[in-house]
Formats: sequence, structure tokens, C-alpha cells
Amino acid sequence: MTDIRIFGEPILVYFGPVPVTETMVTSTAISAALLVIAAGLRGYARLHPQSTIATMTRMVVRWLDSLVSEIVGRPEPKLTLLAGSLFVFIAACNLAGQLPGVRPPTASLATTSALAIIVFFAVPVFGIASQGIGGYLMEYFRPNPLLFPLHLVSELSRTLALSFRLFGNIMSGHLLVALLISLSGFLVPMPFMALDLLIGLLQAYIFAILSTVFIGAAIGQGEKA
Amino acid sequence: MNEQTIIAMVSILGAAFTMAVGALGAAIGESRIGAAAMDALARQPDEASSITRTLMISLAMVESTAIFCLVIALVFLFANPFKAVGS
Repeated sequence: MTDIRIFGEPILVYFGPVPVTETMVTSTAISAALLVIAAGLRGYARLHPQSTIATMTRMVVRWLDSLVSEIVGRPEPKLTLLAGSLFVFIAACNLAGQLPGVRPPTASLATTSALAIIVFFAVPVFGIASQGIGGYLMEYFRPNPLLFPLHLVSELSRTLALSFRLFGNIMSGHLLVALLISLSGFLVPMPFMALDLLIGLLQAYIFAILSTVFIGAAIGQGEKA
Repeated sequence: MNEQTIIAMVSILGAAFTMAVGALGAAIGESRIGAAAMDALARQPDEASSITRTLMISLAMVESTAIFCLVIALVFLFANPFKAVGS
């Protein structure tokens, strides 16, 4: 029962005045690994367009494209970029928790809050880029000006829900495996680790879908193609 | 029985009660969503992809209430603001 860390975590090293925690190290390593893999796949797919790996890469990209265009109603390359990056990063973070000794970065409230805040600020950015600043602000008074406070509360609460959902799911899965190991031992937590694989991918999918839905609601009110 | 013991006791009871009620509500809601989605799938198998996507979103929305309860229960147990430091 020594390794229970729910909120906060110890600081590994000070980099000048900036404290560096384990989550920062792992998430930076995962981002770097994803960048290297993506660049490698891009170069490989350009050299060998008919190979299996290139086909699988294209399938993933096309799946993300169709996901966004089905929700928004028209192709949105910039939104696909954001939602796809969120999905790939969160899925990689969740699955990294299965490696021995690695604590998934998404099991820390700081990471999930940062991701949710990105979505929180992406909503007005995409909305203003699509409808202009007046059109976007009018959305808050749309059915009735009395609903303006409710719109504000929903903006904040869904950001909170987005971060706590991801944090709670991943952290509880990790905690459950840790508790089972300390209680029973070796092979017993394996079914729960398999469940963690499923839940990790599902939560990444849900995070990407929900951010697409939020941003799509901000940009999709105009003409529907 | 000093003050800290009472606080610990009430925190544990509160965490257990929070998880029980929170899981109950989320389970009822999710079962209703699952049943409705199966009904819709049986009626319109062609719309499977759209139904599955909406199902996932609704399940996540309902599940988040249970996750909030879990976070609050964990705050009671591991990050209790009323517990004296070092005990």
C-alpha cells in the first residue's frame, strides 16, 4: 500500500525554477515517440505506397476523417487535426500504463485538465473562425437571452467533466491493478489489465468524439453541406 | 475516541455511501441506455455506426457522474481536507 498517489505527485528534479514531475517526463517521452513514429510512417508511406504499413496508416487517417465529417456534416481538416492528435496522444498515454513501471500520464489530473483546457479554448477559436465574432457570441443568446447563464455554466461544466472523466477512468483502473497486486499477487490482475486496454482506447475515442461534438456545435450552425 | 478518529470514521462511511449511491444511479441509467440502443439496433440495423457512436457518447456522459462520485470518495479517503497533517 505504498504506491497510492491520487492527487499530486513527488517532484523528480528542478530544472531551473521549474519543477519536473514524473508525468511531465512520461508525457514528453510519449509525445516525442509519437512524433518520431508519425514522421517515420510518413516517410515510409511515401517511399512504399503499396505496402501493408502504408495502407494501415491511411486507414487510420481516413477513419479519423470520416469520424469528424460524420459529426460535423462536412469535412473539416483543421478539426480532424485537433481531434486526431487528441485521440492518438490520449490512446498512447493510456496504453503506456501497461508498460511495467510507467504510470500513465492521463492518470494525473494535471494532464487531463490541460487537454480539457485545450478543448475549452478551441471551441471559441473554431467558432469565431467559422462564424465571425458576432455570430459566435450570438450563439449564447440564441433560443432566448434568459438562457445565457446556462450556456456559460455548460461551457465550464463540460470542461470539468471532460477532464475528470478521463482522469477518473484511467486512475481508477491503475489503482485497481495496484490494489489487486498488493492483495493477491502475480497473475490475478491480468483480466483487469485487459479491461484497462479496452477502457483506455474507449476513453480516448470518447474524448476525441466529445471535443468534436463541442467544436462542431460551435461551427455547425451556419450552412450545412 | 478523539476528534481525528471520528473524522476518519465519517470519511470512510461517507466514501462508501458516495460510491454506493453513485454507482447505483449510473448503473440504472446505463442499463436503460443499453436497452434503448439494442432496441434501435434491432429496428434499424443499417444505422449501426451512428447508433453505436451516440451510444458511446451517452454512456460516457452518464458514466461521468459515477466517476465524479469516485473522485469525491477518493478525496475523502486520501486527500481529506479536515484530517490533521501527519496523522
